[in-house]
This record gives sequence, C-alpha cells and structure tokens, in this order.
Amino acid sequence: MEKIYSNYQEQTEFKKVCPKTINFLLSFSKALYDVKYKDLEFETFLN
Amino acid sequence: MELQIEDSELVRDYISGDEKALEILINRHNQRITSFIYSKVLDRDITEDIFQDTFIKVIKTLKRGRYSEEGKFLPWVMRISHNLIIDHFRKNKRMPMFEGNDDFNIFSVIGDDKLNAEKQLIKDQIDTDLRELIEELPDDQKEVLLMRIYKDMSFKEISENTGVSINTALGRMRYALINLRKIIEKNNIVLTN
Repeated sequence: MEKIYSNYQEQTEFKKVCPKTINFLLSFSKALYDVKYKDLEFETFLN
Repeated sequence: MELQIEDSELVRDYISGDEKALEILINRHNQRITSFIYSKVLDRDITEDIFQDTFIKVIKTLKRGRYSEEGKFLPWVMRISHNLIIDHFRKNKRMPMFEGNDDFNIFSVIGDDKLNAEKQLIKDQIDTDLRELIEELPDDQKEVLLMRIYKDMSFKEISENTGVSINTALGRMRYALINLRKIIEKNNIVLTN
C-alpha cells in the first residue's frame, strides 16, 4: 500500500514560492497607483 | 501567546496604504496557496507564475477598492488561483506545451533551412576556395564546369553554346571534376561544412 501512495507524495508536499516572487509582488504593489478622474479610473506605475 | 492580527484587519490596513500588511498576508498564506497550486499543476515554474498572477489580481482589486469582505480573505484568494489554474489548463489544451528531454529534442527533427551565422561563414569560405580552385583548370574544362554548375545549363545547351558535341562537353566535365579532385588532394584542402 505504501508504494502505491508514494506516487502522490510530491503532489501533497508543502511548498512556498521563492522570495524573488514575493519581492516582485511587494514592489509591484508599491509602484501601482489607482488614479480616479471623474468617472474614469487609471492604473499608473510610479518608479 | 502570540497575538495574530486578523486577515480582515490586515486587508483594511493595506487598503489604507500600509504596504507591510500585504507582506504579512502573502507570507502568512504563501505555503497554503503555493501547495494548492502545485498540487494541481505539478510544475514549480508554473506554480510561481500562477501565484504571482493571483496576487497581482488581489493587489489590483484591493487598490481599486473593489474588495468586499463578504467571505474571508484566504478563500477569496484561493478562488482566484483556482480560476487561474483552470485558465492555465485551458490555454495548454489549445496550445499544448512540448518540452524536450535529454533523449529527444524536437529541434533535432524540425528546424529552419537557414544556416546559422557560423555555418554560413564556413559555407561562404568554401565557395570562395572552390572558385579559386576552378580557376586552376584548363579553360575548356573550366568553361563547361561553370556553365553546368553555376549557370545550371544542360549539356545540350553547353554543346550549343561552346560549339562542341554533347559527348565532348560530358568528357570535359568529367576531366574537370577529376582534375579538381587532384588539386584538392595535392594541396590537402578540406572542403567540408
């Protein structure tokens, strides 16, 4: 039985994304601004 | 006992401009979301991509103020990643991804006809060397060979143009090739691409 279930072990492993991806998301969040003008909405990126 | 700030409070803080709140949210749910995505796609790189796309959607929705705290933060994020996983499989079905391995590479079977820069340089060099070797041939042989190879003329056309019989043209071509080989051998020239 153990052998059969071992095929799916990798599928159930706990994983985490690499710090690079997290850093990208945090930088993306800091750079993204939502500008509203009258009824319009713009996404802008500030470096 | 460690005091843990609720997700809903962190979301409120983030919407108010506290970027640190997002970092806490990502780190708190990193393992759960990543494991969920990986269990479906079974590919490390695709998992990273889907995780990234999920949070890009999360960030955009929160910044636009379109998030409503009806349910909980994590189930909402999981739903986004679930939809992106479905999108990934749909896209893959339309355009299946092929990955080569050590035993088989698709580019060894298909490829464009163009030579790469290095091979083109070698070919040009060989062409130039060959033209120089042809110059060494007697004029009558050189004339037939140039007409046949470079002008793509038939032996009938060559005989009409040079005023000799077809057999003579054939003989000159034969001797031209024999003599070319002799020159190549004598000078130890290697003409290969």
